[in-house]
Amino acid sequence: MALLEVKNLSITFGGLRAVDNFNINIEKGQLYGLIGPNGAGKTTVFNLLTGVYKPTDGSIILDGKNITGKTPIEISKSGIARTFQNIRLFKNMSVMDNVKLGLHNQNKYSVFAGIFKLPSYSHEEKIMDQKAMELLKVFGLDNELETISSNLPYGKQRKLEIARALATNPKLLLLDEPAAGMNPNETAELMETIKFVRDEFSMTILLIEHDMKLVTGICEEISVLNFGTRLAQGITSVVLNDPKVIIAYLGE
Amino acid sequence: MKNKFSKNHLVTFSIVIIAFLLCFILISSGNATRQFKGLLVPIGINIILAVSLNLAVGFLGQLTLGHAGFMSVGAYAGCLFSIQFQDILPMIIRFPLAMIAGGLVASAFGIIIGIPVLRMKGDYLAIVTLAFGEIIRSVITNLKFTGGAAGLKGTPQDTNYIIVFVVIFITLFVLMNLIDSRHGRAIMSIRDNSIAAESIGINITYFKLLTFVIAAFFAGVAGVLYGHNLSILSASTFDYNKSIEILVIVVLGGMGSIRGSIIAAILITALPEMLRGSDKYRMLLYAIILIFMMLLNSSPKFAQFKSKLNYKTLIGIIKSRIKKEA
Repeated sequence: MALLEVKNLSITFGGLRAVDNFNINIEKGQLYGLIGPNGAGKTTVFNLLTGVYKPTDGSIILDGKNITGKTPIEISKSGIARTFQNIRLFKNMSVMDNVKLGLHNQNKYSVFAGIFKLPSYSHEEKIMDQKAMELLKVFGLDNELETISSNLPYGKQRKLEIARALATNPKLLLLDEPAAGMNPNETAELMETIKFVRDEFSMTILLIEHDMKLVTGICEEISVLNFGTRLAQGITSVVLNDPKVIIAYLGE
Repeated sequence: MKNKFSKNHLVTFSIVIIAFLLCFILISSGNATRQFKGLLVPIGINIILAVSLNLAVGFLGQLTLGHAGFMSVGAYAGCLFSIQFQDILPMIIRFPLAMIAGGLVASAFGIIIGIPVLRMKGDYLAIVTLAFGEIIRSVITNLKFTGGAAGLKGTPQDTNYIIVFVVIFITLFVLMNLIDSRHGRAIMSIRDNSIAAESIGINITYFKLLTFVIAAFFAGVAGVLYGHNLSILSASTFDYNKSIEILVIVVLGGMGSIRGSIIAAILITALPEMLRGSDKYRMLLYAIILIFMMLLNSSPKFAQFKSKLNYKTLIGIIKSRIKKEA
C-alpha cells in the first residue's frame, strides 16, 4: 500500500479550477518529483496536502488514514511536514529555537510546569536539546545554535527549514522548490542533503522543482502538472522525453 | 543547556531586587522625599501593565489597545471584593485574594473578548480592542454597584511599595519563565511567521488566547493595586489614553524586551512629575522628549550602538581606564 494516495483531488477558486482531478501514489521511501510550468498549480497541491486549502473534491489518504479536509495542525500531527518556496523561518529566533519548535508536539509539558520549571520541564527540554542537536549536526548547523536565523546565509536557511520540518517527525516531507535561488554548487550540495535525508531517516519525499538537473539527479518518479491537470507521470527519464511534456515546457 | 535567555532574565531579576533594596533603605532611613514615595506605586503598577502588554504586543505580535479595559475590570472586581470582606478577613489574607479575584475576572473577560476578536489581525484587532475598552468604561459608569460616574468609594488603602515590588517580582517570574518554555517559543513563532507555525502543528488560536488571558490577568492585578492605592476609583481613568500610555511604554522600551518595558515604565511615569518645575511647558516637553526618544529608538545606528553596549565592553572600557591611570 502506498504511503500517500491522492485521488481526484480538485479545488476551485471562484470560476478557476486550479487543480483538477489530480492523482498521485507515493510509495514509502520514494523520492518523488512534481514539476510543471509556472502557475500549473504545484504549490496549490502542496497547500491542499497540508490543509492550508480545503479541497473541493477528492481524497487524501496518508498511511491508510483519511486526512482530507483536516486542519494544518491535525495534518502536521498525522505526519506531513513541509518547507516553503519563499523561506519561512522564525526569523527573530535562534537556530536552536527554530528546530525546537518543530519538536513542540512531541516533548510536552504543561504551561504550569513551564512557569514553575518543574522536573518535567527540565527533563523534556533536555531531550529536546539533544534531538535538536542531532538534527542540526546532520545539516552542519551545530556551530550556530544561538545565531538568529535571519542572519544565516541563504543556503543554510534552506537547510534549517528542512531541519525544522524533520523535527516534527513526519512520514512524508514536502519540499517546495528547495533549490530556488541557489547556485550550481549549492544545488549539488542540496541534492546530496536530500538523498542523505531520505536514506538516513528513511523518509518519503515529494518535491517541487524547476531545476531539471536536480530532478533528473535524484527523483525516481515524477508527475507533470499543467493548468491544474496531470500531464504525465512515471519514471523520470521517460516522462521528461514525453512529447506532451516538452510541448508544455517549450511550446510547439 | 544554559542559554542566553535565562542569563538575561537573571540580570533583570537582580536589577529589580537592587532597586527594591535601594528604595527600602532610602525610605526606612527617612531620606526619601514625599514625591519619590508617591511615585513608587504608580511606577510599579505601570511596570506590571507594560510587561504584561508586552507579552501580547511584543511577543505574540498582536496590537491590542484594550489593556486599560482589563485593568479597570480587575480594579473594580478587586475593590468590590475588598469592600465586601473588609471586616471579615484580615488585610494579609484579603488583599492577595482581592488581587487573585481581580486577575481572574479580568482573564475571564480576556476569554470572552478574545474568542471573537483574536480572529482579526493588525489594525482591525487594534480598533476592536480599543472599542472594547470604551464599552467597559461606559458600562461601569452606568452601573449602580460600581458607584457609577461618582466613583467607587470605601476601598481600604492597602497598596504600598513593598506589596507592589512583590507583585512585580511574581509577574516577571511568571512571564519570563513562560517565555523560556515551549509555550513561549510557540507564542513567538506566531509573531515571526504564523503560516510556518501552523505548518509545524502549533495551535495558533490556543496560544493567542493563552497570551491574551495571561496578559489580561496581570492587567487585572495591576488594576487591583491601583484601586487600593486611591480612595476613589472612577471609570474615567481607564479611558483609551491609559491604553495608549501603556502601549507607548511598551514601544519605547522595545517590543519583546522585558527589561526595556521596565525602564520605559519608570521614565514615562516619572517624567511628567519631574517636569513639574516647568509647569507651563510640562506637557509640551513631555511630548517632545517622547518624539525624540522614539526617533532615537527606531534608528538603526542607535540600535547598533546599543548592541555594542554590553557588560563585557563596559568592563573592557573600565579596565583600560584603570590601566591608563596606573
